[in-house]
Amino acid sequence: MARLAGQEVLAELQPIFEEAMDVPGLVVTCDSSALNTPNWDSLAHIEMIELVERRFSIRFALNELQDLKTVGDLVRLIVSREGKV
Amino acid sequence: MLDLDFCRVDEILNVRKALRRELLAREGLQDLRLAVLGGSTTNEIVNLLELLLLSNGFRPVFYQSEYGRYYEEAIHDSAALIEFAPDIIYIHTSYRDVRNAPPLQCNEEGLPGYVTAELARYREIWSSLEEKLGCQIIQNNFEMPPFAPLGNMDAVSSAGESRFLMQLNAAFAQEASGNARLVLQDVCGLSARFGLDRWFDWNRYFSYKILLTSEANLELARSLNALVRAMYGKSRKVLVLDLDNTLWGGVIGDDGVEKIEIGRETPVAEAYTAFQEYCLALRNRGILLAVCSKNDDEIAKAGFAHPSSVLKLEHFSSFKANWEPKPDNILVIAKELNLGVDSFVFVDDNPAERAIVAAQVPGVAVPDIGDEVVRYVGILNRGRYFEPVSLSEEDMQRAAQYAGNSQRAALQTKFSSYGEYLDSLEMVAEIAPFEPVYMDRITQLTNKTNQFNLTTRRYTLAEMNSVANNEGFLGLYGRLVDRFGDNGLISVVLGRKEASGLHLDLWLMSCRVLKRDLELAMLDSVAERAAAMNIRTVYGYYLPTSKNAMVADFYPNLGFSPFRARPENLHEEATVWTLDLTEYRKRNQHIKIVERING
Repeated sequence: MARLAGQEVLAELQPIFEEAMDVPGLVVTCDSSALNTPNWDSLAHIEMIELVERRFSIRFALNELQDLKTVGDLVRLIVSREGKV
Repeated sequence: MLDLDFCRVDEILNVRKALRRELLAREGLQDLRLAVLGGSTTNEIVNLLELLLLSNGFRPVFYQSEYGRYYEEAIHDSAALIEFAPDIIYIHTSYRDVRNAPPLQCNEEGLPGYVTAELARYREIWSSLEEKLGCQIIQNNFEMPPFAPLGNMDAVSSAGESRFLMQLNAAFAQEASGNARLVLQDVCGLSARFGLDRWFDWNRYFSYKILLTSEANLELARSLNALVRAMYGKSRKVLVLDLDNTLWGGVIGDDGVEKIEIGRETPVAEAYTAFQEYCLALRNRGILLAVCSKNDDEIAKAGFAHPSSVLKLEHFSSFKANWEPKPDNILVIAKELNLGVDSFVFVDDNPAERAIVAAQVPGVAVPDIGDEVVRYVGILNRGRYFEPVSLSEEDMQRAAQYAGNSQRAALQTKFSSYGEYLDSLEMVAEIAPFEPVYMDRITQLTNKTNQFNLTTRRYTLAEMNSVANNEGFLGLYGRLVDRFGDNGLISVVLGRKEASGLHLDLWLMSCRVLKRDLELAMLDSVAERAAAMNIRTVYGYYLPTSKNAMVADFYPNLGFSPFRARPENLHEEATVWTLDLTEYRKRNQHIKIVERING
């Protein structure tokens, strides 16, 4: 599979954030984080990670999970991990 | 709508919130308060269980303990739990929560002490919860450990973790079998069938203390959902079976009885035999079997005369082989058995028949059974349709009772009057105040009866016990025997005394004794005992539901008058009726009443 670019990954993440944060119509950007996004609490975070891993068929390593703060971090991580399980 | 019993967990997680809103908008949901005390993070289990319960007609509200505080909240720190007042408490612990595992130097003599010490911790939890809340408890047993440090010896050595958990599981089983309040969830079997390597999720455990994968949590939630359904009498009761390529291989009308595949001669025949054996095992524990097949009646019946057929005609409580549409036949079967179609499971290898039944008869479970006989049992098991919480003698006898019903129906045609028929049944009833030995059955009947049920109020065993011991209540049960057999305990009436009035909170009866005048005998007994309690007026309530229209006129038919001064908080469609006891005359003429049947 060809590698996805950051913009494509971000587009794929939109419905996942809508579902996990339970905010219909929510739009996230690379600067979005728990601090500036509604409903992004620890439980929503867990759901979001689960949905992302399933959508892109990847399992994040523990240290990767630990360092995730912004949607931008997540996009970069997915781009770097895509194609590797 | 997604089939929550069979879909993949991804399909749920992607749309969970929308699905939840859609299900919550449905009408007629039954409130259920469920507390989860967990040794790990339980939010995902609760999220999945919520959807499953919603789709089964419950409106659950959840309480979750603080992370890992299952023991503390059960024993010391219970205020929030008590305030929540759960109907059911689920204690979700795992091998990670064990506190008394034996050390490596533990020998055979030492092992039982560690098992007893761990069991004692749980006994403390259970009895504290019983004392404080008196509600049903669901406790899971333990999965086998994910890694066996001692290899195969782990299951042998008295210091082995596997060996310890097996003995602890055996001790839990013994506790649960002697305690009706304690229901065991068999996580050991569940995780083994699912696969331990897919069960645990170490990433999520070390990150958020969620121990299981989402897939495993869905299995766990499905198993809990089945237990809750069973506790509230919503397990299914009837297996409706197609014949050709479902119970045997081949088409009996085309191939002839000698050519159908059943028996031991070919692999295909063996597989159909195994499926018939599974059906018979269900039937022997009280699940009713019925046939619904497009065939000539005579030809269809010949299939069960095949020498290798495990199932015989007498195993079926209803048999419909004809050329009418299957939805019509299923409605006829429901009527014959006096059961709602929501207690039916329909098995047919033909997808077109499955589709028409699913569309035309809402409520029937129609699993996508495929057309490979080797997969039928696995799929039926995954649906968890027939989950029991206890195996009462009633269950064992039910199949025989329904067979008795068809004999009674045959007899009925020969009498000149209905009263003469009733007399010929030689009915004897035992009608008496609630007895400790019957409390399980009284609760079970109360929670599963939908049709002949005036108020459809549900009671936990604990609630039922407390009214049984309260002099302000009059609780009566009825048990009926006739010349064809013992119908068991099949009617419950519960009245609440207020001043000189008796308010009937419950009046219900199993439909298998419809039109036998038992309700008249029950009323006689209510009147007699109420008079002895200085009661002058009996108040009857009818609260309509989608299922109890058959008793809409029950009280007026018994001679009750409409009561105009309705209580304010009563539902507007409910009706209230009163009966003055001062001139009461006995109504029952056909049933002999005794204090105790058999002695």
